[in-house]
Amino acid sequence: MNGTPGIGWDFARRLLRNRLAAAGGAVILFFFLVSALPGLFSTHEPNRIDIVNILRPPSGAHPLGTDDLGRDVLARVVHGARISLSVGFVAVGIAIAIGLIVGLLAGFYGGWADAVLMRLVDMMLCFPTFFLILSVIAFLEPSIWNIMTVIGLTGWMGVARLVRAETLSIKERDFVAAARAQGAGSARIIFRHVLPNTLAPILVAATLGVAGAILTESALSFLGIGVQPPTPSWGNILTAGKDNIEYAWWLSLFPGLAILVTVLGYNLLGEGIRDAADPRLKGR
Amino acid sequence: MAETLLDVRGLRLSFATEKGSVRALFGVSFSVAPGETVGLVGESGCGKTVTALAVLRLLQSPPAIVESGEIVFRGEDLLALPEKRMCGVRGKSISMIFQEPMSSLNPVLTVGEQVAEVFTAHNVCGKREAAERAVEWLRKVHMPDPSLRAREYPHQMSGGMRQRAMIAMALALTPSLLIADEPSTALDVTIQAQILSLLRELRERERMAVLLITHDLGVVHDFADRTAIMYLGRIVEIAPTRELFADPIHPYTQGLLASLPGKRTGEKRLPSIPGTVPDLSNVPPGCPFADRCPFRREALSRFLAREVPADPLAVCDREDPPLYEYSGGHFAACHHQRTVRGGGAR
Amino acid sequence: MTGGIYRPEEDGAILSLVNVYKTFPVRKSFFSTENLRVRAVDGVSLTVPPGKTLGLVGESGCGKTTLARLAIRLLDPDAGAIRFDGKEITRMEGEALRVTRRQMQIVFQDPYSSLNPRMKVSDIVGEGWLVHGLARGKELRERAERLLVRVGLPADAGGKYPHEFSGGQRQRIGIARAIALSPKLVVADEPVSALDVSVQAQILNLLRDLQEEYGMAYLFVSHDLRVIRHVSDDVAVMYLGKLMETGPAAELFHEPLHPYTRSLLSAVPMLGDAPSERIVLSGEIPSPISPPPGCRFHTRCFMAEKVCEEVCPLLRSIAPGRYAACHFV
Repeated sequence: MNGTPGIGWDFARRLLRNRLAAAGGAVILFFFLVSALPGLFSTHEPNRIDIVNILRPPSGAHPLGTDDLGRDVLARVVHGARISLSVGFVAVGIAIAIGLIVGLLAGFYGGWADAVLMRLVDMMLCFPTFFLILSVIAFLEPSIWNIMTVIGLTGWMGVARLVRAETLSIKERDFVAAARAQGAGSARIIFRHVLPNTLAPILVAATLGVAGAILTESALSFLGIGVQPPTPSWGNILTAGKDNIEYAWWLSLFPGLAILVTVLGYNLLGEGIRDAADPRLKGR
Repeated sequence: MAETLLDVRGLRLSFATEKGSVRALFGVSFSVAPGETVGLVGESGCGKTVTALAVLRLLQSPPAIVESGEIVFRGEDLLALPEKRMCGVRGKSISMIFQEPMSSLNPVLTVGEQVAEVFTAHNVCGKREAAERAVEWLRKVHMPDPSLRAREYPHQMSGGMRQRAMIAMALALTPSLLIADEPSTALDVTIQAQILSLLRELRERERMAVLLITHDLGVVHDFADRTAIMYLGRIVEIAPTRELFADPIHPYTQGLLASLPGKRTGEKRLPSIPGTVPDLSNVPPGCPFADRCPFRREALSRFLAREVPADPLAVCDREDPPLYEYSGGHFAACHHQRTVRGGGAR
Repeated sequence: MTGGIYRPEEDGAILSLVNVYKTFPVRKSFFSTENLRVRAVDGVSLTVPPGKTLGLVGESGCGKTTLARLAIRLLDPDAGAIRFDGKEITRMEGEALRVTRRQMQIVFQDPYSSLNPRMKVSDIVGEGWLVHGLARGKELRERAERLLVRVGLPADAGGKYPHEFSGGQRQRIGIARAIALSPKLVVADEPVSALDVSVQAQILNLLRDLQEEYGMAYLFVSHDLRVIRHVSDDVAVMYLGKLMETGPAAELFHEPLHPYTRSLLSAVPMLGDAPSERIVLSGEIPSPISPPPGCRFHTRCFMAEKVCEEVCPLLRSIAPGRYAACHFV
């Protein structure tokens, strides 16, 4: 191999060869496109009420039908994609940032820093996450920003443990000793030697985490304490559908499908990344 | 040689990979006589372990495919045996010990149980007797406190003791051939000496043949009757051990022996073999050693300097040399030495 | 001066260790409250003269790797003193230590775990220049290229990642990193043990050439007596955390004094000129958690007597330059 991109290229090649992961990636790309350019997929206004056309089944004018206020379901699912995906990303971003810092500090410095931080993790893990979120949200204004923050703040413990375990093993490797012998300081060792070598497992955790965050947001919105109507999110579209499920199946089916397909996509991609990053499978 | 126990003839073997088929053995032939010890020596990736595993048919197929060749053991081609009969051969007539005894022992069974299992698996005797025989074998391999140690688990033992347990298992059914794959490599020098002296003692007592696979020329020097040197999936030289060390013929063997450090004090630089072993997936045509060979190099430079009208060793780039015979069972695969020293065709 | 107790000759030495101790805690089992410690290095003194090679040989668990890492302060000793180039570095910290580190480098055994897989080779080799502000950017890449060529790698090696190289080539990268800061001492911790014989010879030659060119001293750690004999000016033999014997390589290999050295040499075939006596030791290497009292070696020694179980022999002078820790030598 003469190309310098080396690791990255090899990784991408193996990832693309995994059909399920590629399919998951395609789904995610598609929903990215949907949230970036909603106008391309639906010409209707997501919040325009149309009393004349209430609970219409899918037709040419409304491909996915209309809801109990006559709003176009396709437009709402399309605009909801942006909300759901951003909740997923921001929440996971917060979780990764906290988990990374906690894990690196605990793993690298060990001793009392490790003991204190890991007990904090244990404590956080003792709470049933969903009820913790529920009770916190109950005190706060249920805005989309609060939702993202709370999901992020309750979801970093897994990442912290993962990063700590990786850090513990990497800091014992000879190249870290070599860097110290060269006179490198702790900051350089952490950021140049330890951190880059923990990124692969973090990427996996992040991808799977997005799926989890989207589900949590949907569940919260479904229970009415998440994203507030009329702003569409997949969860609160489902809530509206639940009341009319006996005679308007399309109201529940399509947002439900969107959640299912997206979560599946992230899970497949996450597992694909894990396999592709596994050095034991190299060269296959 | 009047009698042969194991006769490997023209073994060609390849592995199917995603990038296509990669050949690991390019026609390997050698024989082992009853009670004889043959050393198979080479650097990593030369095919010595693959050869050993192929003899016991322990390679998973696919990806491993035997393209051609025979492995004749006591007059029977092992490659043609049905798997069920092969199971009877393994452990009973031919057995094997490995480099890392920890990973070849089952961590949840006591050492005694594992040795006893050899007897029960081959229906030699009942459970009670098997347990007694196991202790007896642990005593034979000089395990300290054998009846006590039989009740211990592998992780409670040191590397040397685990290797003793492995040897007890391998020899329990008194096989006529023992394949020892780097039996002492993972051990400390003094423990290594203990294990080799144990194998030496048992070899005499049980009168078994040994196929010793190692990268360590020192080990074969003291232990093997005959030694074969492997390079890139071929045997490039095979000879009685003393003969091989005293008068190596193949340039690779010469290079290996010369590059051994510590033969005397005060030597400055070691004569080393230039270059690296080529990748098996990219083996050049002709002699596998040509691009690192001092003979080939010299011939080429003389030709390029116009000292000679034609490249005298052009054949090296074209033809993979067969093993030519020299005096007294000494074979080497080298075009140059054949013309210089007059080796006969095999 | 026979009979004198070994005292390292510190005058002019690049490295000297004086009575160094190091233990590690072990947890026997999860519920165990016993405070067990591995006595990895148990009172060792030695010196390395500038530009020379001290070979440190011993079997696994004898503490040789720990000692090597103590020597360049990758580990901190429990007791004893470490002097480097005339300066006491035993308790040196911070900036002073960082600057001193430029002078002492290490080459590791495992050519795979010793190179950061996410860094380009030129960044690996030039890391020392970067952290000490000696070179960066284009200049760093050019200097790295010259150095890589010097250790026998192709000029374009700097732009590649470690996984694109073979074990022997990776070891060359590790050596280039070690000599990049022109150190006075390089600790070579089993640098050729993971390599095949033909590659091993190339690396040993490279190390020797570099020593002649740059004049640095080596503390060369190995379990392989052949390699030790080849590289060393002086040899120190360790067993269970203690020095058993030390002396000039030529004399030590010609006529080993300590029974442990004798059995070690006899266990290696084809070492030396004549096929010497074959001594096969009985028994196993005792655990360094609870080493035997008296002489560490008495449980396996063919010369042991009552006194060996009780009194730990001191390393004392037997002949000029030669020391052994045995009651009967």
